[in-house]
Amino acid sequence: MSGLRELYQQVILDHNKNPRNFKELPNATKRVEGYNPLCGDHYTIYIDLDGNVIRDVGFTGNGCAISKASASVMSSTVKGKSVEEAERLFDVFHKLVTGDAAAGDPAELGRLAAFSGVSEFPARVKCATLAWHTLHNALEGSAQVVSTE
Amino acid sequence: MSAEPMEDRRSRLSDPTTPGQAGLPVLQYDVESIREDFPILRRLVYGKPLVYLDNAATTQKPQQVIDRIVRYYSEENSNVHRGVHFLSQLATEKYEAVRTTVKRFINANSEKEIVFTRGTTEGINLVARAWGRKYVKPGDEVIISAIEHHSDIVPWQMLCQDTGATLRIIPVSDSGELLIDEYARLLTSRTKIVAVGHASNALGTINPVKQIAAMAHDAGAIVVIDGAQGAPHITIDVQDIDCDFYAFSGHKVYGPTGIGVLWGRESILEEMPPYEGGGDMILSVTFEKTTYNALPYKFEAGTPDIAGVVGLGAALDYVSNIGIENIAAHEHDLLVYATRRLSEIEGLRIIGTAANKASVISFVLEGVHPHDIGTILDQEGIAVRTGHHCAQPLMMRFNVPATGRASFGMYNTRAEADALVTGLHKVREVFG
Repeated sequence: MSGLRELYQQVILDHNKNPRNFKELPNATKRVEGYNPLCGDHYTIYIDLDGNVIRDVGFTGNGCAISKASASVMSSTVKGKSVEEAERLFDVFHKLVTGDAAAGDPAELGRLAAFSGVSEFPARVKCATLAWHTLHNALEGSAQVVSTE
Repeated sequence: MSAEPMEDRRSRLSDPTTPGQAGLPVLQYDVESIREDFPILRRLVYGKPLVYLDNAATTQKPQQVIDRIVRYYSEENSNVHRGVHFLSQLATEKYEAVRTTVKRFINANSEKEIVFTRGTTEGINLVARAWGRKYVKPGDEVIISAIEHHSDIVPWQMLCQDTGATLRIIPVSDSGELLIDEYARLLTSRTKIVAVGHASNALGTINPVKQIAAMAHDAGAIVVIDGAQGAPHITIDVQDIDCDFYAFSGHKVYGPTGIGVLWGRESILEEMPPYEGGGDMILSVTFEKTTYNALPYKFEAGTPDIAGVVGLGAALDYVSNIGIENIAAHEHDLLVYATRRLSEIEGLRIIGTAANKASVISFVLEGVHPHDIGTILDQEGIAVRTGHHCAQPLMMRFNVPATGRASFGMYNTRAEADALVTGLHKVREVFG
């Protein structure tokens, strides 16, 4: 049960139940879909870019607690950040959920640290990273559906 | 087919307790003795006893099947057919003997009708490619149902795309039963093929395949049954169903992966062109012309999975020894028991409540995604499947992105159903 408690931390359960920025952005400059066919996680991520700065982020869709909480935490984390900073955070987050020590001190990761338990559950890494992969593709400009399978 | 004498059927069934009707003894199904045959059931997962409830995906293998494959490679391995040496003849004999085992298992007319494949999927693709490409023309129609596995959807879609035919779908009721009146309306002189599953992997629904076949034949169509979920749970009698093709997989009926059977009506197989070209499927080859081999070899190009076939034979012997009807009765008891216990869980909804069901329970739990359920149950050593079960159109029909699915096999127990219920309470605990 301890592993489970690590995985389903309060922050994750909370963001799953009450996802932040869970809305369409009608004036989004980017809109990209992310899809995980294995479990059916399916999200659309909306980004409102102001030059190089992510002015606003929204998302809609459905999926497991890990994927939804990750999309929610991501949206609040990258809002107001530059594109480069968002990409750097994705890199750190990816290292965190795959158990790479280079992710750095969890204390400095803020709410992202809640996902540290994912590294003990390899089958759930793609759930945690789906929204981030989708964000990455949106920022890179590719418009196709992102799949983490 | 195996060299050992068949075990007495009653060895798996304990002493008669009460006399049944007509004075026949009622034999008790001895699940503990069956469990002892499956070595994997003794292993622990995260330090907890394995509760394996993913039998619709694949079943575990009894020691008899494992030993048979080991014995094949240890003592009998050689390539089949045409060999004059001792081992080749021995391997051929063992390989061909399984055709007879399969023939009996599904009550086919002849060994010529038994084609070994890689599994159900290949069997269906074989029919779609070999029969479909020859007989299906633009404007024709292929009928499948709304509850099919992707393996009984995509090959027909590909056939329709290639030939200009149209795919028609038999709709399903809220309980997961095919709407036979709607099916009757879909059948026309344009219908060339009707393909349905014997039982649904996602819902458990057992389809009225005999009725479906009769109606298709009245319309002049051929009937293909996806038997992947039929073979482990239902006595198969292809002559009684009166279908034209029946495909099933070895690994879902306690045999090895990578081996399956396509049964086809002999007269239809005779007229069908080959599926793949290569060795074994020919009588003679020149650069100008090839003469194809007789049935069933015409459809078995290349060196087959010989070890898989002898393993399948051992699995069918094992299942027949216990009796598929005894297995079905045991599984039905588990289905009824688990359905009742699961229904007691607040917020749990069972998807698929057909009157006639195999031991498959698909469910959703309010407020918790199936994938999270799967992870939490896994930590308890309980293996269930979560996701769309390769039946995405069906998930859309029931308006769920995914479900959890517990599927029971011959070795499962009521105690394991209880463990599932306890596990689901734990899910509730985590999610508050």
